[in-house]
Amino acid sequence: MAQPLNYLKESPSQTAGPYVHIGCTPNFAGIHGVYDHDLGSGPMASDKTRGERITIRGFVHDGAGMPLKDALVEIWQADADGLYNSPSETRGSADPNFFGWGRCPGDMATGEFVFETIKPGRVPFRDGRLMAPHISFWVVARGINIGLNTRMYFSDEEAANAEDPILSRIEHRVRVPTLIGQREGDTVTFNIHLQGEKETVFFDV
Amino acid sequence: MVYGRVLDERGRGVPGALVEFWQANAGGRYRHKKETYLAPLDPNFGGFGRTITDEEGNYAFRTVKPGPYPWPNGVNDWRPAHIHFSVFGHGFSQRLITQMYFEGDPMIWICPIVKTIPDEQAIRSLIAALDMNATIPHDLRAYKFDIVLRGRRSTLFENRPEGN
Repeated sequence: MAQPLNYLKESPSQTAGPYVHIGCTPNFAGIHGVYDHDLGSGPMASDKTRGERITIRGFVHDGAGMPLKDALVEIWQADADGLYNSPSETRGSADPNFFGWGRCPGDMATGEFVFETIKPGRVPFRDGRLMAPHISFWVVARGINIGLNTRMYFSDEEAANAEDPILSRIEHRVRVPTLIGQREGDTVTFNIHLQGEKETVFFDV
Repeated sequence: MVYGRVLDERGRGVPGALVEFWQANAGGRYRHKKETYLAPLDPNFGGFGRTITDEEGNYAFRTVKPGPYPWPNGVNDWRPAHIHFSVFGHGFSQRLITQMYFEGDPMIWICPIVKTIPDEQAIRSLIAALDMNATIPHDLRAYKFDIVLRGRRSTLFENRPEGN
């Protein structure tokens, strides 16, 4: 026997359940007066934030095509110059007026999620090639045992998408459009499909 | 009291992690408009909280032990007493939502949601241990619950060509 490596195993994930709002977005759940606002809620860009304003709208659909009413969606993205607002960012200083993280529960009646943010700049892949502008998504809900990671790219970035090192590695080319948010004006529509013919490509990060 | 540390896979504490938690009250009832269980709300219990881990990755909070409750699944399925945790460490790829169970609860092993975890050792890592040393006499019992986040060097696809 060799020496043990003594790595700890990641704690198993468990479903967020139908009442995830109590802990993560209590004001949305109707519990007021404890936190002045829910973390990650509201517009992500202020007047001082650099970059192009966009609104992302979408639904999380189940295998039957029905929108989930109790999903929680979080996003994480770079600023307009492609820098992350994180202590781990080594390529420069991100826009101090942009946090880059948002959290939105699906509307309890319709299931729609909305993020008011900016379009991110391009971020280099590990080998230095530039990735196309994209936003990381994380989805949890009742019935999802492990949070799902995916990305949204932009339909108005055809050239950058074509050379993106992640998109170009997806073997099933017909599934690449599941990662492209459709832009019309300042609104980008991004629907996530958990199962079925239109199933979104999810990432094992 | 529930206390513990947020750790990385090398056993180092994760400082500055956001830990959010929510739970049913002692009768197994959640404070949520879509909750329909007949157990009453406790006007003196909110049912959620949040904190940031300290320099060593420690967190702690004071609460009541949640009750088990039935849920519409099989004809007679009950959730064991549990507390939900959402943990945000240093990277978005570490993002984790999980549930904590209580040592000695026989309901754990018959719960369909627990059974979605295929490995008994992994299930045990979600069971908080009763710690009589941290228990405060005539006041509260203490349960210790450590949470391990995955490494920050994330891979992108299941075949993991980038390492990790």
